[in-house]
Amino acid sequence: MHHRPTGPPALGRRALLRGLAGAAALTAVPGLAACGSRRGDPGVVTMGSNRANDAQREAVGEILGLWEADSGITVELNTIDSTSFQESLNNYLQGTPDDVIAWFAGYRTRFFAERGLISEVSQVWDERFQGAFSDQVRDLCSAPDGKQYMIPDSTSPWAVFYFKSVFEERGYDVPATREEFVDLCERMSEDGLQPLAYGVREGWPAMGTFDHLNLRINGPEFHLSLLDGDESWDSPEVRSVFGAWAELLPYHQAAPLGRGINEAQTSLVRGEAGMMLCGLFLTHVMSEDQIADLDCFPFPEFDPEIGSDAMETPVDGFMVSADPRNPEAAMDLVGHMGTLRSQEIYTAIDPQALPVHQDADTSGLSDLDAKIMGMIAGADTLTQYMDRDTRPDFASIVMIPAMQRFLRRPDDIADLTASIQRQKVSIFGR
Amino acid sequence: MVPSTPSPPHAAEPGGAPPRSAPRRSRTALRNGRADRITLALMIGVPTLLVVGLVWLPAAATIVFSFTRWDGIGGLDTLEWVGTQNYTDAFTLYPPFWPALRNNLIWLVFLFLVPTLLGMFLAVLLDRELRGGRIYQSVFYMPVVLSLGLVGFIWQLIYSQDQGLLNTFLGATTGAEPVDWFGDPDINLYAVLVAAAWRHTGYIMLLYLAGLKAVDPSLREAAAIDGAGPVRTFTSVVFPALRPINLVVLVVTVIDALRAFDIVWIINRGRNGLELISALVTANVIGEASRVGFGSALAVIMLAFSLVFILIYVSTLLRGADR
Repeated sequence: MHHRPTGPPALGRRALLRGLAGAAALTAVPGLAACGSRRGDPGVVTMGSNRANDAQREAVGEILGLWEADSGITVELNTIDSTSFQESLNNYLQGTPDDVIAWFAGYRTRFFAERGLISEVSQVWDERFQGAFSDQVRDLCSAPDGKQYMIPDSTSPWAVFYFKSVFEERGYDVPATREEFVDLCERMSEDGLQPLAYGVREGWPAMGTFDHLNLRINGPEFHLSLLDGDESWDSPEVRSVFGAWAELLPYHQAAPLGRGINEAQTSLVRGEAGMMLCGLFLTHVMSEDQIADLDCFPFPEFDPEIGSDAMETPVDGFMVSADPRNPEAAMDLVGHMGTLRSQEIYTAIDPQALPVHQDADTSGLSDLDAKIMGMIAGADTLTQYMDRDTRPDFASIVMIPAMQRFLRRPDDIADLTASIQRQKVSIFGR
Repeated sequence: MVPSTPSPPHAAEPGGAPPRSAPRRSRTALRNGRADRITLALMIGVPTLLVVGLVWLPAAATIVFSFTRWDGIGGLDTLEWVGTQNYTDAFTLYPPFWPALRNNLIWLVFLFLVPTLLGMFLAVLLDRELRGGRIYQSVFYMPVVLSLGLVGFIWQLIYSQDQGLLNTFLGATTGAEPVDWFGDPDINLYAVLVAAAWRHTGYIMLLYLAGLKAVDPSLREAAAIDGAGPVRTFTSVVFPALRPINLVVLVVTVIDALRAFDIVWIINRGRNGLELISALVTANVIGEASRVGFGSALAVIMLAFSLVFILIYVSTLLRGADR
């Protein structure tokens, strides 16, 4: 699934009004959810989905069609563009949500599970998915109570992407370590290429750089504990991440704050840049020929003790609302979304999605997809991207402005980490 | 030189002062039957209910929330009282706060200096019945019809660093290095202000044009007979006669400056040089783990900011009504 939409938000003004004046209305929402049992028609189940681009709509429609034919139950699909979906999910889940809801695994699911806004789906896991998913994926779909709250279906992993034709033509080798990576960047600069395409006007794409550097320099365990709020941000570890970032900045496209991620992807496609650290969703801007020419490698190793196995693989899936109108059908449908057949249909249609089912057949996949599947299978830790591994308010309100400030003034690290730490304490309360 | 005030165009005056004859009319109503009293009660009651329900209650709730920590999930029992911590955090810990306050002020001053004066100038020109005046009028007014969100999108096409019209043009004509219009926090605010002004100018132009049409032509004739040139006529005779329009323009401009939001939100969600209080409020309140308390505190600060201008406006209106 698309990691984060880049299109203009449709509800901007309305969202502002909600912020200024609607705070009172928020309190009324739980009351609405409680009134009336609203047991619906047993022949209908509803689904809310944020998979709104054409390929995603087509893929979801196909899978739902199969289930409708099998069960004889109609699915009312309610697709909303993903920015509006994310912005209003809080209120939506507290109102009268649809029975089955598309969402992200990890912190974002745990948050709603702990608040009692979604139903446990452990039974579906036990009945239908014994051994179907890795333990890591299972953990991503579980709350701290050990029960599962999401059925996973696909992932859109991150890696360093490049075009095979460019590497062959210029005789570049894929780098495995930081030294090789820097050497390659130097060579690209000499050849008149911008080594790394970079566009962070939206703010969130900068998280990818921080995540990968932190994973490689301090290891996945520290990374996740840092994002959980358990570590200090004003620490030598975090400062070393920003330091390493500052050293790599000259190899990135200059002035990234004014360039959208789509524009950066375009400069990779046009051959102005040689590589790009991005999610598989960058295939959306490419033609089929270009996708066939696309290849990738894991973000290189910085410390041999830590290696380069940890991988950012944001997992998407489906959850069931707290009080579904049609509970049996909802549980059956959410199970259907996670089956091997559904995942294979979905990921065949949506070029940015890869199946998370362990038995998924990789023989039909493109070389690129098969390679990424191999990287996932070999990863010791799967992380979800910063804004899915930590509180969304911390990620968007503290970290995005902080990273933008870093990109403006990369030499001012100590003051920056101190400011992040103060705000972290204010948000996490510890 | 006593300005003879022409009848103010009430239609253009939002929330204008009640007509002076109001007390007299209500006395008449009391003498009338029950039906009239019911009508009167409805006419006062319904707007009062709307204002209290849609303006005062939410505003009061925002003030209450601003002293709490709350993520918008669960009932009021999940509110955690934190005193004035949200305000302290906003003023001391939250880096975008001061830039946002400064940007809001710059926005306000800029809107007064550039589009207001330019709009007035265009209105004076168009008032002279130029050939093709209506075409110019439509062209200048066109951007007003577009939402600021759409304006933001259009200007992205112009300002884009690698693919934008402006950099391509500058590069082709002067060979200049591409400028990072949206990414450089020292200039992006002004780049955006140009876009906002592009829209605001047409609006101001139309308001002044309407006002100028309403100015009694005999005033100008009298000024001409007294030997005043066109500039003197405008500054000493026409402009003072436009007082009601000036007040409307003042209010419209302040409102536009305070609610500026869409365009920066579209561009980069109000970050990196484009911070505005309204964008900060939105960023804090929307989303999953939302900070309703902190966002409310920012909204209250914005409310206080607006109150200053509201008070100036209302006191001017009341003084006008007394005269």
